[in-house]
Amino acid sequence: MAAVVFQQLEATPRRRALRRLMHRGGAMFGLGVVAFFILIALFAPWIAPHDPLATSWDAVRRAPNAAYLFGGDELGRDVLSRIIWGARASILAGLVSVSISMALGVPIGMLAGYMGRWVDALISRLTDAMLACPFLILAIALAAFLGPSLTNAMIAIGISATPIFIRLTRAQVLAAKAEDYVEAARALGNPHWRIALRHILPNIVAPLIVQATLAIAAAVIAEASLSFLGLGQQPPAPSWGSMLNTARNYVDQAPWMAIWPGVSIFLLVLSFNLLGDGLRDALDPRHQ
Amino acid sequence: MLNFLLQRLATIVPTLFFVSVLIFGLQQLLPGDPAIALAGEDRDPNVVAYLRAKFHLDEPLPMRYGYWLAGVLRGDLGESVRIQKPVTELILEKLPVTIELAALAMLIALVIGVTAGVISAVKKDTAWDYAANVFALWGLSTPNFWLGILFILLFAVQLGWLPASGYVSPFEDLKANLAAMIMPAFVLGNAFAAVLMRHTRSAMLQVLSSDYVRTARAKGLDERTVVLKHALRNALIPVITLGALGLGELLGGAVLTEQVFSIPGFGKLIVDAVFNRDYSVVQGVVLCTATAYLSLNLLADLAYYLVNPRMRH
Repeated sequence: MAAVVFQQLEATPRRRALRRLMHRGGAMFGLGVVAFFILIALFAPWIAPHDPLATSWDAVRRAPNAAYLFGGDELGRDVLSRIIWGARASILAGLVSVSISMALGVPIGMLAGYMGRWVDALISRLTDAMLACPFLILAIALAAFLGPSLTNAMIAIGISATPIFIRLTRAQVLAAKAEDYVEAARALGNPHWRIALRHILPNIVAPLIVQATLAIAAAVIAEASLSFLGLGQQPPAPSWGSMLNTARNYVDQAPWMAIWPGVSIFLLVLSFNLLGDGLRDALDPRHQ
Repeated sequence: MLNFLLQRLATIVPTLFFVSVLIFGLQQLLPGDPAIALAGEDRDPNVVAYLRAKFHLDEPLPMRYGYWLAGVLRGDLGESVRIQKPVTELILEKLPVTIELAALAMLIALVIGVTAGVISAVKKDTAWDYAANVFALWGLSTPNFWLGILFILLFAVQLGWLPASGYVSPFEDLKANLAAMIMPAFVLGNAFAAVLMRHTRSAMLQVLSSDYVRTARAKGLDERTVVLKHALRNALIPVITLGALGLGELLGGAVLTEQVFSIPGFGKLIVDAVFNRDYSVVQGVVLCTATAYLSLNLLADLAYYLVNPRMRH
């Protein structure tokens, strides 16, 4: 009996959410694949069988074999090693650009939701204006004006994804503001910043985490897209998107050049999507 | 109706104003003297002087914005530095190609997405539902430029059924046009089909558990009539709005699809402009897509208003 009570006391909302997440096969698969890609990105120098930039005459457009498991590219570089090193660009782009969106979007959204009135109206119209430009077109335009590089691509993607976080945070703050605990905090004489940061923010973190996970998936595709167009990672540095861009010209002679970078993008994006879906179900039981 | 329209217009006008500020502001991101940057790689002093005068670069920022906006309102989006043609003309030339691509993609997405959504809702928790959900995840996670390359590999290189790239105007040869467009349209519509499937599924699930569907079943109507006539009609209402908003996303996706299949549309225009440092064209394309998106949004709201009688009260 005591053990049961103890167990119930132990089951904080966070633990219950974690338990629900662990019971979802898709989310666990996603988490596993994401962890796998993060590990190969971190340990790329030790794992990659070849130098990703080294060219070799006998590997030029060479079909996959024992020495080059994923084959060779048009300059005789090892496709597998480039995939392993390319994971760095994709994961970095996913994490950094979403961090930029959140660092901008969450405070602005809180300001709009908390302050209301003209501040809200101004921020909301500005958000509408950004959302009116399709995500990828805005990112392309920003990357074009900033100049092509991986850093600028991350900034461009981060800014383009910001309005989603502004909207979400604003909506969550508006809902939280009407709750009794916020009313109580206000009645106790807490200053506004304290109510916003200590009382509202911790209560709106869950939907933000879910959105961030799904946004990373979108950012990984966006980085690959910009690199594919030549606006992201610059050659010869490896990135999955730019590998696909070159592969396009050799699709009839060396199809393996196109297969593996695409499979990698697909797996990483799929995993973040699965993880995001799983987190949403785990953190918000009503959603199931 | 008029009131509703005016209300919507009242929010769209300030939004458009901010869109214009945003797009004008892009120019300020250029490092160094914008006239030199805008002049392209040649940096011809005559061009630089011409641009400085044309964009009133010696005047304060708000004045410059005023001049630029006045031009835009007259339909003057500037001139392409590279091709020496008005941007408006270039856009009007390329737009029909992209509209055809986006419309075909939307058609494919609607057919696949709505059908899969209905089936998975009606056959909830069966293998059908599971398959439809796997399809949706696949659609959402596959970069469309990769799918395009795979399709070229399969249908053009291996099987030789369809042309790998190129574009033929439908007015010249409709059959060749469709043969060239079917792969890109499918590739572009794939991801949106997944989004539509998820929304149709959840809307259908909600409608199927409502009282009036139970009544329809209790009346002894056959399941087909209940699903298609009673449930689907109502479940499709939110899908209308989503479809209009999706068209904007399709314009974004078209950039990559057109690049993969070498289709001379709107997307190819912006990519070429980016590499030629033809910034007026980039600004023009973004402005046009944003305006198109907002107009479609307005049309969707109107359609929603007309279809859904509850909105009128």
